[in-house]
Amino acid sequence: MTSTLQILRLDIGLPLDSGAIFSPLEIGYETWGELNADKSNAVLICHALTGDQFVAGPNPVTGQPAWWANLVGPGRIIDTNRYFVICTNVLGGCMGTSGPASIGPDGQPYGLSFPVITIADMVRAQAALIDHLGIERLFAVIGGSMGGMQVLEWIASRPDRVGAAMPIASAARHSAQNIAFHEVGRQAVMADPDWQGGAYQTKGTKPVKGLSVARMAAHITYLSDAALHRKFGRRLQDRNEVAFGFDADFQIESYLRYQGSRFVDRFDANSYLYITRAMDYFDLAAGFNGRLSDAFTAFKGRACVVSFSSDWHYPPADSRHITRAMIGAGVEVSAFEVETDKGHDAFLLDEPQFHEAMAGFLAASAADQGL
Amino acid sequence: MSKAASTRADHEIIIHAVPQGARVLDVGCGDGVLLHRLKQERNAVVRGMELSQAGVNACVAKGLSVVQGDADLDLALYPDDSFDIVVLSRTIQATRRPEMVLKQMHRIGAKAVVSLPNFGFWQVRLSLFLRGRMPVTQGLPDSWHETENLHLCTLLDFDDLAKQSGFDLESVTRIAAGKASAPSRATSSLLNWLSEEAVFVLKRAGMAAR
Repeated sequence: MTSTLQILRLDIGLPLDSGAIFSPLEIGYETWGELNADKSNAVLICHALTGDQFVAGPNPVTGQPAWWANLVGPGRIIDTNRYFVICTNVLGGCMGTSGPASIGPDGQPYGLSFPVITIADMVRAQAALIDHLGIERLFAVIGGSMGGMQVLEWIASRPDRVGAAMPIASAARHSAQNIAFHEVGRQAVMADPDWQGGAYQTKGTKPVKGLSVARMAAHITYLSDAALHRKFGRRLQDRNEVAFGFDADFQIESYLRYQGSRFVDRFDANSYLYITRAMDYFDLAAGFNGRLSDAFTAFKGRACVVSFSSDWHYPPADSRHITRAMIGAGVEVSAFEVETDKGHDAFLLDEPQFHEAMAGFLAASAADQGL
Repeated sequence: MSKAASTRADHEIIIHAVPQGARVLDVGCGDGVLLHRLKQERNAVVRGMELSQAGVNACVAKGLSVVQGDADLDLALYPDDSFDIVVLSRTIQATRRPEMVLKQMHRIGAKAVVSLPNFGFWQVRLSLFLRGRMPVTQGLPDSWHETENLHLCTLLDFDDLAKQSGFDLESVTRIAAGKASAPSRATSSLLNWLSEEAVFVLKRAGMAAR
C-alpha cells in the first residue's frame, strides 16, 4: 500500500491539561479504506512512543515499512476492505503533527517553548481530527503500549464515541520503574552538549549521541531476558575473543549501538523528551478520585485487554489491573494473555495467539454493532 | 476447572434454565462451549471467568467476553446484581472456599445454577465401602492424589450449604450415566443415592419463581 504525508491544519485552540491553549494545530495522519455511508466503520489505531501514522503503508519520509503491515490491510485482520482505518501522529510527535520541532507562529522551531503535553492532550488532538472527518462514533480504537494508554483515555473521556476498545501491552498508569527508565533516556539526551538546552535546531547541531543512548536503554526494556539470550547470548561480534577494550565486543552491544544510531535519523530528540513525559504523567485513575473503575463506568462498548507473558515493561499485571477495574465498572471485557518470550515488542511481531484474539474480538464487535 | 466434552448432560439442563436474553456469568467457563451455546440458543448476554489462560484465550478467539480469574478471589470484583444468572458447572468442588463462592454468586446474580459430582452416588459409596479406597468412577475419574477436587460433597450436603448461603432451591436434576431425569422440587435421600451428578437451580431466598 502506498502512503503520502497528509497534514491537516486546524485553526482551533486546543485546550491542554497544562492550562495552555495550543494553536494552530497540525495533525499528520493517514487513512486506509473507505468510510461507509453512515460513518460507522472507522477504526482508530494509536501508535506507540516512537511509532508514526504509517501503520499500513511505508513511511514516505523515512522509507521504513509499515509497522503493523501484518495486521492492517486488505483481507488482513484489521481489514481495510471493510474498515476505514485512521492513524494519526501524536501531538508532540515529529511526523507531521505539531511537536517541538515544528515551526511556531514566530517562524522559529518551538523547541522547549512547546507546551508540555499529556496522553489526554494527544487524544484531544485525535478527536479534533475525528470531528473534522465527520465521524461521531468510532467502531474501534486499538493501540499498543502508549497507544493503549490513548485507547484507555478515549473510553474514559469520550465513552460514547467508542464501540470497541483494545488496549494492548499497556497500563493505566506509569510505574516508578517506567518513569525511571524514561528519566535515564531524557538525561542522556540533555547531557549531550549538542542538545544546546533544547535549541539545537537553531544552533545547527543534533544531540545524536544522547538520543542514541536513550534509545539503547529503552530498547532493552522492549525485549525479554530470554529473547536477548536466545538472540545474542554472550556471542562476540566479528571476533573470536574479547579485545580488552571498550569496542563492541559482544553482539548485543553492536546490536544496541545499531538500534541507537538508526533511531536518531528518524526521531527528534525534543519529541522524545515530550512524549516520554506525557507517558510518565499518565495515571488514568487520578482523574477519578483514584478509582480506576470509575474511569470506565460510562463506557458501554466492548473491551479486550491484551498482554504478553514476558513483557516486563508493561507486565501482564498492569493489564490485569485494567481488566479488574473494567469488571468492577460492568464493562463487557475480555482479557487475553499471550504466552511468548519476546517481551514488550511482541505486540509488533507475528504472534498467532494475539492475532486470533484480535480477529475474534473484532468479529464479535462488528456483529454487535451491525457491521 | 476445565471442560472437554461438547455435549454434556449438565449443559442441557443449564441451557434449559436460562431464559431468552438473560445476562449470564459462567464461572469456570473452560473453553466457552456452554457460553457459546447460551449465546446461540438463548440469545443470552454472556460473560465468563476461567482460571486457565488456555481456556480464556480459546474463548476470546471465539469472540466471547471472558477474563482470567479465580472463583475464590475474583468474584468479589463484580458489582451487585450485575447478572440474571451465575453458572458454576463442575467447578464448586475445586474451589478452596465453596461457601464464599456461593455467597458471591448470591450477591452478583438473582439466580444461580450449579452442577456438581455427587459423592453420595451409590457407586461411589459402594466403591468406598467394598474396596476401602477413594472411589474412581466415571464422574470422579482422577485418583485422590491427582484430582483438582478439594471439596467433594454429596447432594444433601450441597443443598444445606446453598440454603445456608441464602438460596432457595428451585429445582434439582439428577444425572446418571450421562442421562438427566425430570427435575425435582427437593432433594431426598433416594435422589442422593441415584444421582451421579446433580444440577441445582437456585434463587435468592424469598424471591418468587420466574
